[in-house]
Amino acid sequence: MEVAESDTKAAPDVRTKGIGAYISAHLRQYGLLFALIAVMFFFQVVTDGTLLRAVNVTNLLLQNSYIIIMALGMLVVIVSGNIDLSVGSVMGFIGALAAVLIVELDQPVILTILICLVAGGLIGAAQGYWVAYWKIPSFIVTLAGMLVFRGLSLLLLEGQSVGPFPKEFQLIATGFVPDIFPAGLGEWLADLLGARKVNVLALATGIAAAALVVWIGLRQRAQNKAYGIEDEPKSFFIARTTIIAAALIFVMYKLSLFRGLPNVLITMGVLTVIYAFITETTTVGRRIYALGGNQKAAKLSGIKTERLTFLAFANMGVLAAAAGLVFAARLNTATPKAGFALELDVIAAVFIGGASMSGGVGTIIGAVVGAFLMGVLNNGMSIMGIGIDYQQMIKGLVLLAAVIFDVYNKNKQG
Amino acid sequence: MALLSMQNISKTFPGVKALDRVNLDVQKGEIHAVVGENGAGKSTLMKILSGVYAHGDYDGDILFDDKPARFAGISDSEKQGIIIIHQELALVPQLSIAENIFLGNECASNGVIDWRRTNRRTDELLAKVGLVEAPTTKVDNIGVGKQQLVEIAKALSKDVKLLILDEPTAALQENDSRKLLDLMLELKAQGVTCIIISHKLNEVRYVADSVTVIRDGMTVSKLDAKAGLSENEIVRDMVGRDMTHRFPDHKRTPGKMLLEVEDWNVWHPEHAGRQVIRDASFNVRAGEVVGIAGLMGSGRTELAMSIFGRSYGRNISGAVRLNGKPVDVSTVDRAIAAGISYVTEDRKALGLVLDETIRFNTTLANLDGVSSGSVLNRNEETRVAERYRKALAIRTPSVFQKTVNLSGGNQQKVVLAKWLFTAPEVLILDEPTRGIDVGAKYEIYSIINDLAAEGKGVVMISSEMPELLGMCDRIYVMNEGALVGELAVGDASQERIMSLIVNE
Ligand SMILES: Nc1ncnc2c1ncn2[C@@H]1O[C@H](COP(=O)(O)OP(=O)(O)OP(=O)(O)O)[C@@H](O)[C@H]1O
Ligand SMILES: [Mg+2]
Repeated sequence: MEVAESDTKAAPDVRTKGIGAYISAHLRQYGLLFALIAVMFFFQVVTDGTLLRAVNVTNLLLQNSYIIIMALGMLVVIVSGNIDLSVGSVMGFIGALAAVLIVELDQPVILTILICLVAGGLIGAAQGYWVAYWKIPSFIVTLAGMLVFRGLSLLLLEGQSVGPFPKEFQLIATGFVPDIFPAGLGEWLADLLGARKVNVLALATGIAAAALVVWIGLRQRAQNKAYGIEDEPKSFFIARTTIIAAALIFVMYKLSLFRGLPNVLITMGVLTVIYAFITETTTVGRRIYALGGNQKAAKLSGIKTERLTFLAFANMGVLAAAAGLVFAARLNTATPKAGFALELDVIAAVFIGGASMSGGVGTIIGAVVGAFLMGVLNNGMSIMGIGIDYQQMIKGLVLLAAVIFDVYNKNKQG
Repeated sequence: MALLSMQNISKTFPGVKALDRVNLDVQKGEIHAVVGENGAGKSTLMKILSGVYAHGDYDGDILFDDKPARFAGISDSEKQGIIIIHQELALVPQLSIAENIFLGNECASNGVIDWRRTNRRTDELLAKVGLVEAPTTKVDNIGVGKQQLVEIAKALSKDVKLLILDEPTAALQENDSRKLLDLMLELKAQGVTCIIISHKLNEVRYVADSVTVIRDGMTVSKLDAKAGLSENEIVRDMVGRDMTHRFPDHKRTPGKMLLEVEDWNVWHPEHAGRQVIRDASFNVRAGEVVGIAGLMGSGRTELAMSIFGRSYGRNISGAVRLNGKPVDVSTVDRAIAAGISYVTEDRKALGLVLDETIRFNTTLANLDGVSSGSVLNRNEETRVAERYRKALAIRTPSVFQKTVNLSGGNQQKVVLAKWLFTAPEVLILDEPTRGIDVGAKYEIYSIINDLAAEGKGVVMISSEMPELLGMCDRIYVMNEGALVGELAVGDASQERIMSLIVNE
């Protein structure tokens, strides 16, 4: 018998299908973006424009920086099929450690930061060890960790708040990058835009970031075309890219009207780009998705599943430590209650961003947008003067809605 | 008289027209076989019939018992007496036989389960399907063949008029298959109508009264099997051409010694003291295809997996040599690096990351082959996946399709692609053609021949003896964890293999 050309009966071209099908297959990504825009629009209106005032935009970023930093690590942990409940406590503990080192023991700032990051890594590694090599469920291990490190912070601080920190330490969270452009340019721009002052660096960064987004998008699109991957309809691509680019420029413009680029924003931005790159385009990232998607198949494909799990937790520990430093620096004091219940916000952000409880699914960008969504909700409701009681309820319902939406979508695709 | 008439059924998935105006007519009291290539749409058609895809999700009409049927879900079709046993078994392994049979349908009053009645009824049902097991036995502890019978007992516990079996014998040994087919004939005598999907055409000939052939989502023919039907007639309609040979021609001249396994001993991972593999020694030469025959549970998979990175068992001892030199196969990545690859028999649980694409799965075991300095080259990945899609004729709109959406046979091909891409010196295939259509089997055999022609060694574990006899140069026979015989293919026959197993 001859093996005939089986290619001739290949199924119809995907690209012929309609826009409707495309939307329904990608509802989640668009939905998240749309939800963020809608929520911002809503609060902008009901707070009479307070939400998007330059000061508030700056605040919004600073307030959510530590959540976003931890969400990056949490995404990796959740994609690998685990969860880390201890991050809030670890964050608080590291803040306490920093306070004790700097304020009580007079250690230099740089050394303290190093020690704290290493300590975070060790804490993560210790938990990861049990999860990875002893197959103890991460829920249990990190629940234990949550209690242990909450207790340790109390112990370390002897139940007191410790502070304040020296100026240079506070800069981690409250510092701004100085404008490197000549002052004249800023004044000229300020005149042009009718503003009081303009931080040119912030604005330039925004424009550069927007250009980068457009360039990456175009390149990706050209590649997809070349390989016949199902293509986003052109109008969608243009709309989506324009919105994102415009939003970037807009946010940076707002920042430039206030004090410019916060240091934390740089940290956050750089980390986000790095983690997005790692998860999407490196072999390690790929293996983490495989591990979460089907651990046995991953193992039988030669993937060192134990080591990966271990590393995911160690990484989470370092990021929780970084977040702890930012948080302590922002409050300018370490309190035993720092980071209390914060793990829930971080985990919620990751799930709102589209990650799946069973592992193998989720993106860094999704997690970051999810964190922002939560952040805008918090901030907007606070401006409106809504009590903490209602805030909690609303956040809970948003989380539930996002996940229901996911499940519904998945079922519909059959 | 027609019990069921499905008319002009069409069903589209994103990018795939799975069914295109298919017609299926089933007479009351007959056994009706639905055959077709992998991805032809057989399972999809049965999912429509049983309400998995609800009315409105497809086009066309269903007449059941001369009444239009519009099922909103499985429970609707079950109420009418249509029971489906899916391609993948759906039993809960931790529950007992009785619990599984009455799952969702418990013999209970006010929510309290009446265990005596449950067990008594289970006994009756098990007697009907000819299974001798206690109702309280955990499903985990019985083999696949018996699990299949439990599925049927479960179907009989409901008032069944039309029983649908989707590839019920794919994972069964020949004698278990025979038992199951005889049970079908018996049920037919009791007035139950059956639809069976199978790639094993000898079985189709054995049980079927009529055959509907589906190709590319369309009905191509309806054959009457009562008067006798040759396999070739079915195959011709299935693949659209004559197929005179089931195995591609091959001439092999095995060369130097490639893989040697010596005194391999493995103990059970949980039950210490239970030896699973005993003093197994075998070898493969370059350019040779070596078969391992044996019954289910004889330890063939355990042997292969314990060699492949100690993926099974504990206290493993023995030597593995490749090209005369001892190699380290203590972890999977080392085994792959050494040049050994293992294609699992369990594609869903151990082979694929189902929620990911064909491309993702194809490159998973050899990411270094598509990356430089740990950064993936996704264009290269796409090229690789495309290459294997063409080479293995994987039926899919694109390599960006999630593997969960592929038909069973096409999933199998993706697993094979993954391991071919690791460019192994020795490829161990565990039931490589399970659930695969005749045409695709031929393609896989051709690939095996190509590997041998390139001087690679192939180990083929299979429960289909004709396949071993048609493809291998030598056949080892395994029984209860030991290799009990070795036959050159010229001396081997089904009878000799069986007698080696029985004589032990
Ligand atoms: N949920 C789904 N989403 C997208 N495509 C699907 C889905 N389910 C099935 N298909 C596609 O529909 C076609 C028919 O699949 P089906 O499972 O019915 O084939 P089959 O005849 O049962 O094949 P096999 O013999 O391999 O089991 C295939 O091309 C498959 O990829
Ligand atoms: Mg099928």
